[in-house]
Amino acid sequence: MALAPETLARWQFGITTVYHFLFVPLTISLAALTAGLETAWVRTGNEKYLRATKFWGKLFLINIAMGVVTGIVQEFQFGMNWSDYSRFVGDVFGAPLAFEALIAFFFESTFIGLWIFGWDKLPKRLHLATIWMVALGTVLSAYFILAANSWMQHPVGYHINKSTGRAELTDFLAVLTQNTALAQAFHTLAASFLTGGAFMVGIAAYHLARRKHIRVMRTSLRLGLVTVVIAGLLTAVSGDALGKVMFKQQPMKMASAEALWDGQQPAPFSVFAYGDVEKGHNSVAIEVPGLLSFLADDSFHSYVPGINDVNKAEQQRFGPGDYRPNIPVAFWGFRWMIGFGMASFALGAVGLWLTRKRFLLPQWLRTGEDEVPHLVLFRSPLGSRLTAWYWRAAVWTLAFPLIANSWGWIFTETGRQPWAVYGVLQTRQAVSPGVSQGEVLLSMGVFTVLYAILAVIEVRLLATYVKAGPPELTDADLHPPTRIGGDHDDADHDPDRPMAFSY
Amino acid sequence: MELHTVWFVLIAVLWTGYFFLEGFDFGVGILTGVLARDRAEKRVLINTIGPVWDGNEVWLLSAGGATFAAFPDWYATLFSGFYLPLLVILVALIVRGVAFEYRAKRPGEGWQRAWERAIFWASVVPAVLWGVAFANIVHGVRINAHGDYTGGLGGLLGPYALLGGVVTLTLFTFHGAVFVALKTVGDIRVRARRLAGFAGVVAAVAAIAFLLWTQAGTGNGRSLVALVVAVAGLGGALMANARGREGWAFALSGTAIAASVAMLFLALFPEVMPSSLNADWSLTVSNAASSPYTLKIMTWCAGIATPLVLLYQSWTYWVFRKRIGTQHIADTGH
Ligand code: HDD
Ligand code: HEM
Ligand code: HEM
Repeated sequence: MALAPETLARWQFGITTVYHFLFVPLTISLAALTAGLETAWVRTGNEKYLRATKFWGKLFLINIAMGVVTGIVQEFQFGMNWSDYSRFVGDVFGAPLAFEALIAFFFESTFIGLWIFGWDKLPKRLHLATIWMVALGTVLSAYFILAANSWMQHPVGYHINKSTGRAELTDFLAVLTQNTALAQAFHTLAASFLTGGAFMVGIAAYHLARRKHIRVMRTSLRLGLVTVVIAGLLTAVSGDALGKVMFKQQPMKMASAEALWDGQQPAPFSVFAYGDVEKGHNSVAIEVPGLLSFLADDSFHSYVPGINDVNKAEQQRFGPGDYRPNIPVAFWGFRWMIGFGMASFALGAVGLWLTRKRFLLPQWLRTGEDEVPHLVLFRSPLGSRLTAWYWRAAVWTLAFPLIANSWGWIFTETGRQPWAVYGVLQTRQAVSPGVSQGEVLLSMGVFTVLYAILAVIEVRLLATYVKAGPPELTDADLHPPTRIGGDHDDADHDPDRPMAFSY
Repeated sequence: MELHTVWFVLIAVLWTGYFFLEGFDFGVGILTGVLARDRAEKRVLINTIGPVWDGNEVWLLSAGGATFAAFPDWYATLFSGFYLPLLVILVALIVRGVAFEYRAKRPGEGWQRAWERAIFWASVVPAVLWGVAFANIVHGVRINAHGDYTGGLGGLLGPYALLGGVVTLTLFTFHGAVFVALKTVGDIRVRARRLAGFAGVVAAVAAIAFLLWTQAGTGNGRSLVALVVAVAGLGGALMANARGREGWAFALSGTAIAASVAMLFLALFPEVMPSSLNADWSLTVSNAASSPYTLKIMTWCAGIATPLVLLYQSWTYWVFRKRIGTQHIADTGH
């Protein structure tokens, strides 16, 4: 079987990028949530917040380490496997990437070092500032890289230089602020917080079910649930906005996401479909009438063009060829994204109601700081069986948003095919001509095996630290230094005191 | 100066920053295998760079990103051409980063020893390969009319390139030893100084041979000046080290690295990747560069960001200015 030259490179890119993006959403959200907890500690002096900060901060660090090292590959693989792509778009695409490194990565990596090692070197407030800097860095880095990706989805602010045949930037601001970039950033950030929230809820549930570390985990549960609900709503709202942008810019993707073969007015949303790609129609479909029209265009009656229509239109515009992406992947990717993510949201919304505090809760059901909250459906607590099931469900679904994120990206990126840059450069023109299939296969194998090993190591390590629970506080934790660099120069401090943190 | 020349200089600055900074932390990684007598000393070494290695590594990511934005053709040819060595470097950097972060997160003897080995090898390997890569860039490789490298793996392993690898390996080891002498207390400090004396002599011999070879090949007046500064830096660093002036030794070993990188870039200019097949196919600052508009935006960004980065990174070094020794490492570092 002859492989197209780009097939392996696509697989490699897909594997390494999806893997990188398993860590990214947790990094983004846990950085901010940890910063929030540390802020609460600094402002209230309540020790439970410091213990929570240390606990979630540790998980955050285990996670970000993987995000950082897998990110290094991302920075170079455009050149390695997609050299013609890099030549063609570097003028436009390189700029946000370079901004990301110069502005965001330096920020993150420098301040994370200060945060990790700074507990006994920085005064309280300054130490707090460093984790906020890290959180800011993660958001900036997401924004720049998403602006770059949005340009591939919808190229703007450029022209093709006739003499070199390459894309050249003409309006950088347009690249950074086009609606695709804004919608994508909004959606991705919301989804990231949904991810971190569900992670927090699941782990808190694990301990509460065992009646351990109640004080810290109660607070964490609450923070997690609120995050899940707010972020879940924002994810849906922003996803809807993104869908409308996409419908205008890449009608093929919308049609594929719905396995809508021929244009319809109004167009239905398909809950399930089984189709024949060769013949270009579905043999089975369960549909909600009019819903797709609404998703695409805000009206239940709009016309939505189908796959066959768009394919014909693109053939007329760009010449003969097949402009259809992998339709089953697009269709199911879209559903898995929504399904897995919204399942977490639903569980979080239920949990937030069940654990409500003063609000509508009779006096005798209210619980103190050191008690596991009752799960109250109406006016009486759930039985122990149902309560146990809720905690269990929260633990089992803790990674659902990660699955949703992965499928969202697989949908977005494969749904753009055969284009690397939509309407401008096809994927098969993007690949490195000078790199052999053997080399790509080798590097794909190496990364896949290495990543698989690291995944096992990281998950085990996370599990160990999750089970260990929040650490006991030491005297040094409770008495941070008052001077930058630490108080070791004072007469009443032992210059040989061990560092608060060491590798 | 034209903008693409400015960017050539800025990229040289980013690589200089990278080799200066990660140079010593590769060196420290190497010393965990040759200087440390026991686990406690290994940990002292690792912790001298603990808070900063990640920030140091971002100089590489910035050099990569900036090359992509300012010289897309250079980025494309370099990283697709040097595919296999780059793959090895990436694997090493991945393993190294994880090793630092995870080594102390579990008590087991086997666990910790495995990560310690990883730190050593994942520091040695990129230290050699960066030298090989840069020697090849300066020397020129088989680049065809489309801008793709066609020389295979063997084409990257000539004597000049291998010497380049020896230079970076020994120079980084020297720089790392000088850094350790500056950052530690106790017995390990004394031994680091002794080792620096030895590593410095080897590095000086290798570096002088390599730089003279470069000068003879594509050198010019300006690269000769850089060469002289590099040699003077090495000599000065060795002398300062012998006298126990650790701060000076470190500044001067850093100067030697910076001047060596500058020398290579000056010998390269105005080409960025010369072709050994046909001079017309060489990538140059003008034919590999981005449009003036992109370069202008990038200039603004780098002009503002780079000084800020230097400022807050220097501040980090100041926060962690205290020397450390085995007594500062808690038994249960988690
Ligand atoms: C927890 C994760 C999660 C959840 C619950 C959702 N999404 Fe999503 N979605 C993503 C995570 C994600 C993502 C991984 O972050 C993507 C990939 C690219 C992007 O910008 O975000 C994405 C892409 C993406 C796209 C493709 C954009 C493009 O190709 O340019 C659309 C149309 C939607 N989403 C719409 C929705 C809708 C209507 C949702 C309904 C609730 C939804 N998403 C839930
Ligand atoms: C982090 C989340 C991302 C994920 C999970 C992801 C996933 C994927 C996948 C699965 C492919 C292979 C598609 C195929 O050809 O079948 C792909 C291709 C690609 N993606 Fe992404 N991607 C992500 C973000 C990005 C971003 C932010 C960029 C740009 C900065 C990008 C650039 C590319 C490129 C250049 C290709 C190869 C050419 C192509 O197949 O179109 N991706 N990505
Ligand atoms: C939507 C897609 C992406 C987002 C939101 C994103 C975001 C992030 C974030 C938040 C980090 C911080 C550490 C961590 O991940 O845990 C990170 C690390 C990194 N990412 Fe991504 N990334 C994406 C895809 C990519 C792509 C396509 C590239 C390729 C250019 C890339 C390059 C990197 C690099 C080089 C690092 C390491 C930075 C360091 O050392 O601190 N990322 N990314």
